[in-house]
Amino acid sequence: MRVELLFWDGCPSHPRARAELEAEMAAAGLDPRAMVVTEVPTDEAASDEGFVGSPTIRIDGVDVQPTEEPAGLSCRVYRLRDGRYSPTPDPADVHDALRRAMNGAPR
Amino acid sequence: MISIGDMAPAFRLPDTAGEPHGLEGAPATVLVFTCNHCPYALAWHGRMLAVARDYAARGVQVVAINPNDPTRQPKDSVEHMRGRVAAGELGDVPYLHDETQEVARSYAAKTTPDVFVLDGAGVLRYRGALDAPYDDEAQNAAWVRSALDAILAGRDPDPAETERVGCSIKWRAS
Repeated sequence: MRVELLFWDGCPSHPRARAELEAEMAAAGLDPRAMVVTEVPTDEAASDEGFVGSPTIRIDGVDVQPTEEPAGLSCRVYRLRDGRYSPTPDPADVHDALRRAMNGAPR
Repeated sequence: MISIGDMAPAFRLPDTAGEPHGLEGAPATVLVFTCNHCPYALAWHGRMLAVARDYAARGVQVVAINPNDPTRQPKDSVEHMRGRVAAGELGDVPYLHDETQEVARSYAAKTTPDVFVLDGAGVLRYRGALDAPYDDEAQNAAWVRSALDAILAGRDPDPAETERVGCSIKWRAS
């Protein structure tokens, strides 16, 4: 399984996203050191990568909270399960995405 | 660079209907540099509105200013600001557009949100965040409320400065 964290350093949310992703990987029995962390430094790189904001987490290439936002360097807006806005995804969404990938379920 | 104890820069900026606003001589004023696209600004937004509601009877003025360059962040255009105002998302808080970014520069604003609380004489008395952390709504803008309570009681806010957390202001390309 490929677990990716993509971030732009202009947004301060990626350390928290990384810590929460590491925790969810560990809870799922995965080695957090296997996480592929990629900095997206420019608009051109964002376009090439299809990077829609920082942070972005992909499990086997699938975004944990898919969005139609255009590619670009910005802080990404997430919605928590209780409806609140957040700069990081709901850990429960990350948890479920990891479990679906581990179970080979369609995502 | 404006510091605690300095006179805050005066300004006139238009709201989404084109009406100009500035410092109106209120007993205390809360300026919030904010925007449409930033998750931190959105996460704290409700707490800003609650401060405006809760302190209106005491004459406190709360003003939201969008300083971002919409060519870098299209969601921060005036059209999107108007959409939020029309949807009632700003309540009674005027939402001003700092098109030239001169006001943001004069306050040395860095992030959205970035909060400045002025006393009745227009002196900067608090600068920083509404509260922390952004995801704990129970904090209820405690730092700004504490600053307002102190100013209205003739005391010095404590703390007078806190760490700003948010999205970097999207400056125009020079």
